[in-house]
Amino acid sequence: MSAAATPRERLQAAAKERVLIFDGAFGTQIQERKLTEEDYAGTLGLNADQKGNNDILALTRPDVISDITRAYLDAGSDVISTNTFSANRISQADYAAEDQVAAINIASGKIARELADEYEAKDGRPRFIAGAIGPTNKTLSLSPDVEDPGFREIDFDELTAVYKEQATALIEGGVDFILIETVFDTLNAKAGVMAVKELEADLGRDVPVMISMTLTDLSGRNLSGHTVEAFWYAVRHANPVTIGLNCSFGADQLRPHVQVLSGIADTLLMAYPNAGLPNELGEYDEMPETTAGLVKEWADKGQVNILGGCCGSSPAHIAAMAKAVSGIDPRGVPSPEPAMRLSGLEAFTVAA
Amino acid sequence: MTEQSTARFINVGERTNVTGSARFKKLIMADDYAAAVEVARQQVENGAQIIDVNMDEGLLDAEHAMTTFLKLIAAEPDIARVPVMVDSSKWDVIEAGLKCVSGKPIVNSISMKEGEEAFLEQARKCMAYGAAVVVMAFDTEGQADTKERKVEICKRAYDLLVGIGFPPEDIIFDANVFAVATGIEEHDRYGLDFIEAVREIKAQCPYAKTSGGLSNLSFSFRGNETVRRAMHSVFLYHAIPAGLDMAIVNAGQLDVYDTIDPVLRDACEDVILMRPVEGGDTATERLIALAESFKGKSKEDEKQEAEWRGWEVTRRLEHALVKGIDAHVVADTEEARAALAASGGRPIEVIEGPLMDGMNVVGDLFGSGKMFLPQVVKSARVMKKAVAHLIPYIEEEKALLGGEDAKAKGTIIMATVKGDVHDIGKNIVGVVLQCNGYEVVDMGVMVPWQDILKTANDNGADMIGLSGLITPSLDEMVTVAEEMQRAEMTMPLLIGGATTSKVHTALKIDTNYDGPVIHVLDASRAVGVASKLLSDTQRDPFVGEVADEYTHVRDARAGKAEKQLMSIEEARANYYDAYLSDKPAPPLKPGVHVFDDWSLEDLREFIDWTPFFRAWELHGNYPKILDDDVVGESARSLKADADAMLDKIISEKWLTARGVCGLWPCARDGDDITVHRVRREEHVRLPMLRQQIKKSRDRANMCLADFIDPDGDWIGGFAVGIHGIEEHSARFQEDKDDYSDILLKALADRFAEALAEALHAHVRKDLWGYAPGEQLTNQAMIKEEYRGIRPAPGYPACPDHSLKPILFELLEAEKNVGLSLTESFAMWPTAAVSGFYFGHPESQYFGVAKIGRDQLEDYAARRGVDLATAERWLRPNL
Repeated sequence: MSAAATPRERLQAAAKERVLIFDGAFGTQIQERKLTEEDYAGTLGLNADQKGNNDILALTRPDVISDITRAYLDAGSDVISTNTFSANRISQADYAAEDQVAAINIASGKIARELADEYEAKDGRPRFIAGAIGPTNKTLSLSPDVEDPGFREIDFDELTAVYKEQATALIEGGVDFILIETVFDTLNAKAGVMAVKELEADLGRDVPVMISMTLTDLSGRNLSGHTVEAFWYAVRHANPVTIGLNCSFGADQLRPHVQVLSGIADTLLMAYPNAGLPNELGEYDEMPETTAGLVKEWADKGQVNILGGCCGSSPAHIAAMAKAVSGIDPRGVPSPEPAMRLSGLEAFTVAA
Repeated sequence: MTEQSTARFINVGERTNVTGSARFKKLIMADDYAAAVEVARQQVENGAQIIDVNMDEGLLDAEHAMTTFLKLIAAEPDIARVPVMVDSSKWDVIEAGLKCVSGKPIVNSISMKEGEEAFLEQARKCMAYGAAVVVMAFDTEGQADTKERKVEICKRAYDLLVGIGFPPEDIIFDANVFAVATGIEEHDRYGLDFIEAVREIKAQCPYAKTSGGLSNLSFSFRGNETVRRAMHSVFLYHAIPAGLDMAIVNAGQLDVYDTIDPVLRDACEDVILMRPVEGGDTATERLIALAESFKGKSKEDEKQEAEWRGWEVTRRLEHALVKGIDAHVVADTEEARAALAASGGRPIEVIEGPLMDGMNVVGDLFGSGKMFLPQVVKSARVMKKAVAHLIPYIEEEKALLGGEDAKAKGTIIMATVKGDVHDIGKNIVGVVLQCNGYEVVDMGVMVPWQDILKTANDNGADMIGLSGLITPSLDEMVTVAEEMQRAEMTMPLLIGGATTSKVHTALKIDTNYDGPVIHVLDASRAVGVASKLLSDTQRDPFVGEVADEYTHVRDARAGKAEKQLMSIEEARANYYDAYLSDKPAPPLKPGVHVFDDWSLEDLREFIDWTPFFRAWELHGNYPKILDDDVVGESARSLKADADAMLDKIISEKWLTARGVCGLWPCARDGDDITVHRVRREEHVRLPMLRQQIKKSRDRANMCLADFIDPDGDWIGGFAVGIHGIEEHSARFQEDKDDYSDILLKALADRFAEALAEALHAHVRKDLWGYAPGEQLTNQAMIKEEYRGIRPAPGYPACPDHSLKPILFELLEAEKNVGLSLTESFAMWPTAAVSGFYFGHPESQYFGVAKIGRDQLEDYAARRGVDLATAERWLRPNL
């Protein structure tokens, strides 16, 4: 691959060779370190308790984020994500840390960039960075007030601006892709896509997105009610470098939906399920080998290009996955016939 | 297997188009969006695969109407399942609409009417929003009318679009359907030109689609539905094979070609296809003549869609709830009520019967994933309308029965616990409950337990609902439960949220709180649970049933539950590591202090009135309770009586407030606290109990001894009592004045608590003096916003009542203030309080909860009693 190749082309080239490995959860890894309020707050002097504000650690305890990222790279991750799921103005408002949004994202991008470059220099294997953008806790498609089903807590333009602020900072921090993840509301994702398109116009270049939906019921719909196919058609205009599913349930329950998406998506497929379903006490206790065994089935069937973990997954899970899928041929990207593919909550195709 | 549908030809519904439907326009103009939404539902039920939404009407704020309607139908899964066509001649309206559509919609329409630049700009935006687009055959010259113009404009637009990367498969050309049979000769070709243009456009523009608005075609026959339907059907019959992919048409108003009256069908075909006709009349004239005979022969009505309306009423109510249709619910509810009334039933039975049954079906469907969230919210709305209809009847019945059943529906505190920001589920539960007439105090997200408890108390809440989505929230819910227990609350605690479970609730939460703890599986169950908890008749059986179920869950886990207890050695290793350098300085005035007659006037200021009202079964926080809608009046009158009696108690000196406190050197010795006397052999040992339940996170297994320095520290004790009640009580009883008697006793209790509070403040500020500058309002003091604690023997942190005799001996309480103990350690006089003082800033209340056999044996030895005695004293903790 020539040096001039774009991150999109480099990822597509690498994904032709083998099943690539994404990283796992940050949250549980951070939790294990039992950080104190002082660790979180650092010297920022913010007006609220910071404990639980995992994203701010990029500023106050960058070593922690760096260690976890390193652990995933050591476990075999080809694509690492920034710890910026909640590093947006809406979520940070809960911690009175709105003014830190740009700084968090830039710092997070830089931590990941430095490590990715270090590992790539060491063994020559390409490493990629996905700048993670979470859904925020606001939804564009649902009213919180039953008396007023037409009410929305936020509108499209506001949310687009929130996403754009984050995406801009992530790109400044050096990420390769913008990962719009854990999409529970499809319209939120569309605002994220709009934000990236605006950013592309500002920068005058391609900013590739990765999009990942999360399902809230076993029949395969997200919170806004979209099926996997309806979702894909609703966001396909983003020309995402990867489409996929994350979080939701464990790999076992996600299987039929990965299969559906794999058959229709004419781009790389990235799936990173939870480490099983939480037990009754809310703990994820699926063993790394179990998770790895389940996702290996997808790889065996040629349904995935990139595999990783979400809630409850650890470097051990990622290492087990890397080991399990080593040598398995990656999914070939299908090229479906052009057709008008629309969607409401369900997909609808106008025959050619 | 896929769920998607594929279609050859597509009907785009036009009934939600103000330019296509007079009825819809009237509804929107009248702001009747609920009925307008029903129009969309009917359309989808009638088979529309895409719904066209158009609000282009001069008197409307089209942008507002468009976004309002799109957001409303987004909440209707039955409608939102199909794609939307955002239809307007104004780009601003289209763009506003695109911001509300979550799937992949179609924009209808853009064109080159204002030139190619503006056209491409709009096309780029459609790409950014991810929309397919209808392109009208329109350019700066005007609308294309001939076949040639139609084809030329469409091909030009196609090349421009593909040139900027617009996916060709996302383009739909509308080559303009114009009215035929107008009597103007130039119009005769319009139908045929359209059909021929479609064929040509499809050939020249690969992957592109074609569409047309059918209602224009039959414009001349407005009011004659039979003819219009026949024309539309005939037109489609010929246009579809030519390549027409979709049409905007009322899906309920198409006939099957073969079923059209052959004479009418022929006449239509002659007009549309410009077939030559025999005789002197033109095709148009013949159709017009024929049309007269079909006039008034009305269309099939919407019987089919309304089939469910013929069902019996309880089934209709269930259907309406499950489907979230509120159109007929008031009438149906009334029918059900009237039927019940006729057979001697009560209006409330409509709620408890068919409506709750319907909601339970909703709950089951939701629980099993057959229904999803927005629909449940809709169902709740239907429920609310039904209930609202019944309320006057219920009130009326109440009035007839002389105010019986006058119980308010209840106040529910809802909060997403600290550390969690997810609130969608909680909001839904909140609205569902509100819909059903409960007052919901929604505290939002990241709510610390202190605020939850405070708000619950301030609002006189009937129950608290906790929500959380992330796993650490489970721990926080346990904390809330523990704190509710510590605060001696009794209101039910409802637990909900994605990671919560019955097992966790039974194992971890229920065990930390003595009041009812109910795991609520999902939003649709909330009302059932709340109504049972607030029902006079159902509450106890329900709470008992749940408690049994949780006991069963715990028993089933008994093997594992045993493991939840640590050994006492492990628990001791996980002691609370207080920062001992912060221990308070030695007291300014150590030793025992006796107060023979504390000023009642002073104590009046310290009274916490909320428990006083609670004693009278008036629930609510003081002073808010005085303005309470339900009990406010009684509360005010009671307070006035209390104040009058207080005046007398004070001025006539009915009572004497006596208290004693002591401050002694001590040291921690393991889990014991040794109180030092002058002579070592007189040292007094206070054995304390340690939490043994396995703790989540980093929380310690606490023991009161943890707040004491092994290398020397100080501890206090106190006992206060109110004397003199008997004489006055006897007087009231003689007068058969129970009211005053109870009032006096309740006030005496308040005085005892007030003295405990006042004495504690005096100790902190003067006698021990570790908080000399403390300035607290009465309210702050009631909330214990001070340093140090005063746990009482027999209460959760120090559950062994039998420590009271030791404390009383230290204080010489009987001699000093006339307080004695019964053999079961109850204090006399009854208006009395006693406890220990801990001054360490980190000292805090907690519940010892379950202890193991190992600690029991150890404690018995430390306490110097036999095992059986220790077992008896500590039974609640075993």
